[in-house]
Amino acid sequence: MGFAAWLARRIAYAAGLLAAVAILNFSLMHLAPGDIVQTIVGEMGGASEETIAQLRKSYGLDRSFPEQLGIYLGRVATGDLGTSAYYNQPVLNLILDRVPATVLLVVAALGLAITLGTFLGVMAARFPASWLGAVVTIVALFGFSAPVFWSGLMLLLLFASVFELLPASGMYDVAQGATGIAYALDVAYHLVLPAGTLALIYLALYSRLSRASMLEVLGSDYVRTARAKGLSENKVVFKHALRNAILPVVTVAGLQLSAMLAGAVLVETVFTWPGMGQLAFESILRRDNQLILGILLLSAVLVIVGNLLTDAAYRFIDPRIKTGG
Amino acid sequence: MVEETGDGRPETKARGLWREAWSVFRRNRAALVGLALLAIIALVVVLGPMAYPVDPFDIVGAPKARPGAEAEAPLGTDYLGRDVLAGLIKGGRPTLLVGFCAALITALIGITIGALGGFYGRWVDGVLGRVTEFFQVLPALLFAMVLITLFAPSLLTVTLAIGIVAWTSMARLTRAEYLRIRELEYVRAARSIGASNARIIWRIILPNAMPPIMVSATLATGSAILFEAGLSFLGLSDPNIMSWGLMIGSNRNYLREAWWAVTFPGLAIFVTVLAISLVGDGLNDAFNPKLRTR
Repeated sequence: MGFAAWLARRIAYAAGLLAAVAILNFSLMHLAPGDIVQTIVGEMGGASEETIAQLRKSYGLDRSFPEQLGIYLGRVATGDLGTSAYYNQPVLNLILDRVPATVLLVVAALGLAITLGTFLGVMAARFPASWLGAVVTIVALFGFSAPVFWSGLMLLLLFASVFELLPASGMYDVAQGATGIAYALDVAYHLVLPAGTLALIYLALYSRLSRASMLEVLGSDYVRTARAKGLSENKVVFKHALRNAILPVVTVAGLQLSAMLAGAVLVETVFTWPGMGQLAFESILRRDNQLILGILLLSAVLVIVGNLLTDAAYRFIDPRIKTGG
Repeated sequence: MVEETGDGRPETKARGLWREAWSVFRRNRAALVGLALLAIIALVVVLGPMAYPVDPFDIVGAPKARPGAEAEAPLGTDYLGRDVLAGLIKGGRPTLLVGFCAALITALIGITIGALGGFYGRWVDGVLGRVTEFFQVLPALLFAMVLITLFAPSLLTVTLAIGIVAWTSMARLTRAEYLRIRELEYVRAARSIGASNARIIWRIILPNAMPPIMVSATLATGSAILFEAGLSFLGLSDPNIMSWGLMIGSNRNYLREAWWAVTFPGLAIFVTVLAISLVGDGLNDAFNPKLRTR
């Protein structure tokens, strides 16, 4: 299958999946006790029957559930995610304002985890008798077992409170009001702790995975051939084996995106990083339904796009895969 | 090496596998340490509150007292003056309870969906595969948070929410095992003597698919505990039940002045999940002869 046809099929499929996500979320909101009108009336300190009926009508709540669902899906299809009751602003704008911060955090953490993790894992496989194996094991056990919000707080205590090396919260220094390169550096400086915390979990995964995968590849026939040709061990490992050993790392990276978003919610809360996770948490506490629906839908979009990129990367790294569906 | 008894049932082979696995597990020092840690934690969590009957919500002394500074609170007090040790001992209960129950739900849903999809194949697998993919795309933590706030935070809603969002990897694993095992000789033999589908699915394939499922269920318990801790940390669990995550969440703004109230409960979660991971790794090695050379 050509790349274009493959992509078109995947996009059509993704659209169906997203519609299902939207339907489920909307139905859940509908099922749950309480609605926006009750909240508003509560804030007003009570209202007459007439006002309530009028409010219900203005929010479209007087219609039947299928009708409401149909209207909602129609709106979503045209890119209108509704208005946030709390901010009184279009949901899409609110979310899009926050997406860059979360994407920056997740991509930085993922990049750090994959690079460092693969490096550790490959080196541990390359020098099996060295202490690197023990490092991988310890990193893996810590990363799998420590709650991410706690390791974040511990890093914060260590690097922001005890040593005062790094900022404890936020994405940039408001007082500085820097622009251009100075601003980018300031953001990078604030990014170190949150991204490092989030990377910790995945560092564990990638270092273990790449070590196992490398050990397997090093036992295969073509590696023996490469060695028999008299190539140096470094050339065998880094030129011949690495490309194949990295495949599972790429697959897992894609599958982890959803979990990574979950981690981002917690990390953003710990470091008051102004991303989507923080917005989601606040909107859930405020029962800002339109905003919640929008965030759930856009998170699903992010996960789907991530999976798509993974598959594309997979096809790029391994040219044997041409039928991937 | 099929060691079958007269009636053609593969149980004998399965039992042999368990015994062999135990003999490997027994020699794995890390796994034994994990098991011992788990036993100690279970003992403290179950019996501890009787031996140390301090209410973790009671204010026992000055706020933010250092560990050792006050006789009433050996591990210090939190920002309100509540006993950190009492919280550690009592707070393990909801964390472990929710973790185990949620992992059980995860296993039940995952095994059922994976088994049916893997066994029947064709359209059943197609439909269940789509359902699995759908739940993989949902942002797990956010969706669980929404479920919990919509239907009032309690231990039950938290357990159900975790179970509902976390089963997909178990389903994929079970499905793969069923796909492999359903083509094996003893399954064909069972079919040829007229065993019903239900019998083949639950009595014949399931015991043989158990080893990887057990490993995955063990690790799922660890993730469910971390998940519960995360939710309690965010304040999305029953506020009237002390838990390790809640302790960290309520004290995190006082990290500088009272680091112990955040550090100790986190350590408790860490050690618990670490013990479970060690046991899970040990099981994995015990069931996978191929990995033993590592």
